Amino acid sequence: MAQPIKVERTVTIEKSAEDLYRFWHTLENLPHFTRHLKSVKVYDDGRSHWVTSAPMGNSVEWDARITEDRPNEVIAWTSVEGADIANSGSVRFQPAPGDRGTEVKVITTYDAPAGVVGDAIAKLFGENPKQQIGDDLARFKMLMETGEIATNEGQPSGRRS
Amino acid sequence: MKAVCWQGANKVEVETVPDPKIINPGDAVIRITSTAICGSDLHLYDGFIPTMEQGDILGHEFMGEVVEVGSEVKRIKVGDRVVNPFPIACGHCFFCKQTLTSLCDNTNPNAFMAEALMGYSPSGIFGYSHMLGGYAGGQAEYARVPHADVGLYKIPNGLTDEQVLFLSDIFPTGYMAAENCDIKPGHVVAIWGCGPVAQFAIRSAFLLGAERVIAIDRVPERLQMAKDGGAEVLDFEQVDVGEALKEMTGGRGPDAVMDAVGMEAHGMGLEGLYDKAKQAVRLETDRPPALRQAILACRKGGTVSVPGVYGGFVDKIPLGAFMNKALTMKTGQTHVHRYFAPLLEHIQNGDIDPSFVITHRLPLEQAPQGYEIFKHKKDHCIKIVLKPGQST
Ligand SMILES: NC(=O)c1ccc[n+]([C@@H]2O[C@H](COP(=O)([O-])OP(=O)(O)OC[C@H]3O[C@@H](n4cnc5c(N)ncnc54)[C@H](O)[C@@H]3O)[C@@H](O)[C@H]2O)c1
Ligand SMILES: [Zn+2]
Ligand SMILES: [Zn+2]
Repeated sequence: MAQPIKVERTVTIEKSAEDLYRFWHTLENLPHFTRHLKSVKVYDDGRSHWVTSAPMGNSVEWDARITEDRPNEVIAWTSVEGADIANSGSVRFQPAPGDRGTEVKVITTYDAPAGVVGDAIAKLFGENPKQQIGDDLARFKMLMETGEIATNEGQPSGRRS
Repeated sequence: MKAVCWQGANKVEVETVPDPKIINPGDAVIRITSTAICGSDLHLYDGFIPTMEQGDILGHEFMGEVVEVGSEVKRIKVGDRVVNPFPIACGHCFFCKQTLTSLCDNTNPNAFMAEALMGYSPSGIFGYSHMLGGYAGGQAEYARVPHADVGLYKIPNGLTDEQVLFLSDIFPTGYMAAENCDIKPGHVVAIWGCGPVAQFAIRSAFLLGAERVIAIDRVPERLQMAKDGGAEVLDFEQVDVGEALKEMTGGRGPDAVMDAVGMEAHGMGLEGLYDKAKQAVRLETDRPPALRQAILACRKGGTVSVPGVYGGFVDKIPLGAFMNKALTMKTGQTHVHRYFAPLLEHIQNGDIDPSFVITHRLPLEQAPQGYEIFKHKKDHCIKIVLKPGQST
């Protein structure tokens, strides 16, 4: 029996829904701010090929198609028949009250065979999918608001390893 | 380069580490000419702030010369002489737009750690734990500064390092703490602590129109420096502070109270009302921090300003006194960026020369001794400035 798992996170970004929708609509942009997605390639027929990095140098790949696309409001996708881990997701853009930009809500669901659910999700999104998606959204916000993603990787320390 | 690295509680070492480089397009690298040790660093040194790791480079009060800039840096140029603010701000988010820069949404790559403890994350801070960004600090020969155009403040010619260095933290911190007192004509402000932050708070309170400032500590030379700044002083080991404040304020209590001590306040005998209240509700005896005393001493309807740093949870805050006296509390890591221009003007006008607080100047290499004498207030130490590249 398939047992769907749903993860939902929201962030408010000081940009118009148009700007955010446009960036996201180019699915190839997603790996700029997501930790686990390695690449997204869009085919001519509108389908796309998604590759995530998984633990120990493995990767998980699937094809997806867009199921809903309303400019500046919503983009939804789902994996096509035959994916190892059937999954779908959506991103919704909604104006925040008080001129505070746009509320961006991401919902992802996974259908994995019973018993391997935890494993499958770990492969897609690490140990804590809610935090992973939250962190991805935080990085999306940084990129959109400031043009760069805060990092401390590559800076000096006196660490003795 | 040489850098002061945290090695665990009560241990820092000066180590040779790789030079910092530009990582993001908005970064700059500066060569540090002066860098200070802060009371906030003592909370790290003493091991009270979680998520420190062996080898972390300390320091958040620094200035110097820009030696390299990233491709998106426009306002700041190589060669500029600059002061760096201790919180890191992006300049674009909801909070930065209101100059609440220590609340910036976009500069803590480890926000999830702070969120676990606080619900939402403040900005990243240089050299101040992984929970607050894990950024290498500025007690070093060089530092990488993200969002250089937003943060770095250019210093006009004719001012020495020592006159402007404290714009990086303690002058704005004392000033914001005084602003948070909501000072009106005739007001009396009581300040717990006479450390460097309090010294600037005392002088700022007068700049903002306080009638009187009463400062509380037990270290003679710090009390003396407070007096030199125009404050009346109380030694908390000699007097019952609550009683003394009541008598000194016509029985009203101070209009505003300030905790410029923070999470490592010294314990003292349980006193006055506080004693009774504590007994009545059978609380355990505990090290009473300055904040507790300040809340009890504050007049009805008054303001509690808390520049002192807290890391997690404190016990037995007298919330009953706080609620029933209808007090207001204002606090936060300082929004340093917003104070650069107005405070530089005070310096240029000669209203204040921030170098008064410096008691020790040491080469960077002597940071370990510096931490020890500052922590134990040896040798009349109040504020230490480290000078990279000047070892003898
Ligand atoms: N909010 C901010 O952005 C910010 C910035 C800088 C520093 N700080 C914090 O401000 C606090 C003070 O910093 P500092 O550099 O002046 O530190 P410091 O350690 O030099 O000074 C603290 C002083 O408090 C005195 N003290 C201790 N217990 C006391 C008590 N019960 N009653 C009265 N005085 C007491 C000590 O004798 C000492 O002189 C620290 O907690 C520091 O982390 C906050
Ligand atoms: Zn400081
Ligand atoms: Zn910001």
